[in-house]
Amino acid sequence: MSALVLIEHDGKTVKDASLATVTAAAKLGEVHALVAGSGVDSIAAETAKVAGVAKVLVADAAHLDHELAEELAPVIAKLMDGHDAFVAPATTFGKNIAPRVAALLDVMQVSDILSIEGADTFTRPIYAGNAIATVKSNDAKKVITVRTTAFEKAAREGGSASVEKMDAGQPAGLSTFVGLEASESERPELTSAKVIVSGGRAFGSSDDFHKLLDPLADKLGAAVGASRAAVDAGYAPNDYQVGQTGKIVAPEVYIAIGISGAIQHLAGMKDSKTIVAINKDEEAPIFQVADIGLVGDLFKIVPELTEKL
Amino acid sequence: MKLLVAVKRVIDFNVKPRVKMDGSGVDLANVKMSMNPFDEIAVEEAIRLKEKGVATEIVAVSIGPAKAQETLRTALAMGADRAILVQTDEEVEPLGVAKILAKIAEEEKPHMIVLGKQAIDDDNNATGQMLAALLGWPQGTFASKVEASNGRVKVTREVDGGLETEDLQVPAVVTTDLRLNEPRYASLPNIMKAKSKPLATKTPDDLGVDVARRLETVKVVEPAKRQAGIKVGSVDELVEKLKGMGIAK
Repeated sequence: MSALVLIEHDGKTVKDASLATVTAAAKLGEVHALVAGSGVDSIAAETAKVAGVAKVLVADAAHLDHELAEELAPVIAKLMDGHDAFVAPATTFGKNIAPRVAALLDVMQVSDILSIEGADTFTRPIYAGNAIATVKSNDAKKVITVRTTAFEKAAREGGSASVEKMDAGQPAGLSTFVGLEASESERPELTSAKVIVSGGRAFGSSDDFHKLLDPLADKLGAAVGASRAAVDAGYAPNDYQVGQTGKIVAPEVYIAIGISGAIQHLAGMKDSKTIVAINKDEEAPIFQVADIGLVGDLFKIVPELTEKL
Repeated sequence: MKLLVAVKRVIDFNVKPRVKMDGSGVDLANVKMSMNPFDEIAVEEAIRLKEKGVATEIVAVSIGPAKAQETLRTALAMGADRAILVQTDEEVEPLGVAKILAKIAEEEKPHMIVLGKQAIDDDNNATGQMLAALLGWPQGTFASKVEASNGRVKVTREVDGGLETEDLQVPAVVTTDLRLNEPRYASLPNIMKAKSKPLATKTPDDLGVDVARRLETVKVVEPAKRQAGIKVGSVDELVEKLKGMGIAK
């Protein structure tokens, strides 16, 4: 058995999501890691050092820059002649590409897996995490996306995989990359942060959201997240959103402030090691999952907390 | 521009799903069902493109039981022109849905197919991408902005690192994210009018599509519950706890 892992990177470094995906794939067979893009030698070298990777396959070509699904999916589908499983992180990157690969292979994807119970059996969340299904895939080849918080990250050092250049195919030319409006932040990334402070609609305005949360996050070296209500209200950009339809996070400590705890939000953070909740409504559902709760007015509590830390 | 929108009948998003005692799935008996919220956004976007004069016709498609007609009537009441129900009592997986939609696209020849990025029941987030692959079309997934003109579609996508914009050749598949628009409510006169709009019914067999499942559901269970912890009475106590965990000095 061999599993092909799609490495997610930003051109500078291998993303943590890829490391968790390597761990999941290793349970299925020998891990071959695909590094695609344009000018990705350093990413390939970095991937070769990841513990558990046996071989790095490199598809380096101008048309693979930005790794558009239309360009990358056929390359992967072709590589699957020699692999039994294709495994990608269930991030927006992986979710964009993996189903396209699956359809090219006439395989039904197993999405967002939480665990591997056997070579063809997996668990995955359905109904926004309100139920966990165990599914058995009857397809000869597997196409899988991995909930990266459910698997340990493979070590960035310790491996010594061989690196092999491969045929990058011809441009499909169906789509062009126009631009990325990247969210600039000095803070850690949400999906890899050890501590997250997250705000809800109770902040009442974008100004207060940032004026209160940013200093607290800076004190704790934390990433800032938001509930869907806060994002919809325009207090925070879309990529702050934690929840079933946003980012799935599992930090050491998740501090939910002014977040009531809608089921779709809980689905995105309930695997956090410790959950701290600050809310003025002591009946808020967030307290049912919080390890530590503090009932009170966030406009008083947050500045006081920031000062005393 | 002719548009196809795909809509799925799912459990209403306000209903808390209950896992069946026998572990065979989620109990949907006597539960309120509605249009998948992401598909509602897709219908709304199609209507807005028609209102702008970009789109000329909107065809709504659903794959599901006879009752999915209600979902299609909702799409018609919102503003779709006609509807097609591909009727089956089987639970069709995204791959099967994509194959059915691809067949319909061959017949209808739309310039763009718009559908929700995921259904809130099985949460696969796969149908749009699979459909685009089967048709050999470009895909604009997780769209928060769609601009269509002169045979191109510019899609702004919600990605983990921010907002990414891609320019797609037409025909194209677009999947919608939450912030693309806020769907309208159908007015009573439009609900009445929708009753007389054409709704055709087909079966997967008519289209020659095999919808046999590839994934077998072994069991469905409730997720492990987290236990509620303690409440602290003051910020000082909270600071002590955080220090105890080593995240604050």
